Amino acid sequence: MSWLTKTLTSSIGKKLLMALTGLFLCTFLVVHLIGNLQLFKNDGGYAFNNYAVFMTTFPVIKIVSYVNYALILFHAFWGLYITYKNRQARPIGYAVVKNSSSVFSRNMAILGTILLVYLVVHMSDFWYRYHNEALPYVQYTEQISTGNVETTLMETGYTQEAKKVESFNEEAGTKTIIVKDLYSVVSFSFQNILLVLFYVLSMFAVAFHLFHGFQSAFQTLGWSHPKYTPLIKGIGIWIFAVLIPVGYAAMPLYFYFLK
Amino acid sequence: MTINLKVWKQKNAKTSGNLETYKVDHVSPDMSFLEMFDVLNEKLVQDNKEPIAFDHDCREGICGMCSMYINGQPHGPLEGVTTCQLHMRSFSDGDTIVVEPWRSAAFPVIKDLVVDRTAFDRIIASGGFVSVNTGNAQDANNLPIGKDKADMAFAAAACIGCGACVAACKNASAMLFVSAKVSQLALLPQGQPERESRALNMVAQMDAEGFGACTNTGACAAECPKEISLDNIARLNREFLGASISNQEV
Repeated sequence: MSWLTKTLTSSIGKKLLMALTGLFLCTFLVVHLIGNLQLFKNDGGYAFNNYAVFMTTFPVIKIVSYVNYALILFHAFWGLYITYKNRQARPIGYAVVKNSSSVFSRNMAILGTILLVYLVVHMSDFWYRYHNEALPYVQYTEQISTGNVETTLMETGYTQEAKKVESFNEEAGTKTIIVKDLYSVVSFSFQNILLVLFYVLSMFAVAFHLFHGFQSAFQTLGWSHPKYTPLIKGIGIWIFAVLIPVGYAAMPLYFYFLK
Repeated sequence: MTINLKVWKQKNAKTSGNLETYKVDHVSPDMSFLEMFDVLNEKLVQDNKEPIAFDHDCREGICGMCSMYINGQPHGPLEGVTTCQLHMRSFSDGDTIVVEPWRSAAFPVIKDLVVDRTAFDRIIASGGFVSVNTGNAQDANNLPIGKDKADMAFAAAACIGCGACVAACKNASAMLFVSAKVSQLALLPQGQPERESRALNMVAQMDAEGFGACTNTGACAAECPKEISLDNIARLNREFLGASISNQEV
């Protein structure tokens, strides 16, 4: 066995892989949230639909997104494997247990499994449909001088080869683009109260998973010091366990109650 | 006081065990938990019944032999003490107390509440020796050690190897124990020559013994009778990962 395999398959190495992939997924959560904040723009989905085209066509982003999907799967199944191995370390359990640790830290695998189920639903709701189904198209005509955007829904059955067709009318000073209307799909999906509830509850799972997971990753990396550990814990709680899940949960709630 | 006990009884490593109920009368609040067991065992012997097997040695809280999982907590409800330093005044008259052995695949039950903790000895042995010159003791000031480092090493060295960390951990992980043993030497100049091999070998032995991995729940540090800090586990992670990269073995 090479030194690298030996290191990564040791109990600490296995955790190192969980920590590194987990922290990568944390950065993804930040980027995904910031991008999706465009859903709150009251522009008929102009910014969001353009962003969706950019995210699915720009090569660098495409590569990163496939790395991201692979790491999500790795983090999930590697985590379940470690949990399974850890369970073997105590074949006979206790009759009485009085826990002195947080309920979240003890149930990372359950929270993670909930998130995996959520991700399957989430990906088939939007990612799969965006890539594989006949989505409605929308046309935006932007008055370049004023920035005013006029939104026209394309008639049903309209389809085009490219993800985005762009044309300019120099006389009128306008730019016209036709793109898949993912914004309407999102808006329509979140009229279903059951889906909204499922999304919001799943964000609780994100919050609880990261409440323990973010700071735990740094402990696994060996980054523990009275100078910066309080900062790591603060970021883990207030940004990753509060701000980010609240930001995500606000999206289905916004469409259900305000759209 | 009268105490009702539910104690794990198991004939040997090969048989399965079960919780048995005992009633102990005339318990003084000033008795230690182990003395209460002594009283019960004496009565059991007088009644021609088999006494309960349990580990104990110094009864001063420093040897790490006593190992009872009391009402769901290693060493019982008090913080920072071993079972022998737990007194019956921590309980109330008529209480039912459940006493179980440490539960871990690496700590098989020998009999009743006695478990085999030689896995810890093998981990210590795998750490190897510390290079110390023989002959006359050298002048103490020849080896300057910062006060903060000395204090951290001393706090880690307070570990008595009782195994409460393993018992408390949901994964039966030995990380707190191993981290204390690695830290106490890694922080001192005397521990430097074998610093890398020690971390690598002790972690390899810990894994081979069948202990679980660390989930950073912190249950170990919360239940440790010597209050060994979780910072040691972060240090062990650093020592192990650093040594994995920098040592010369390819």
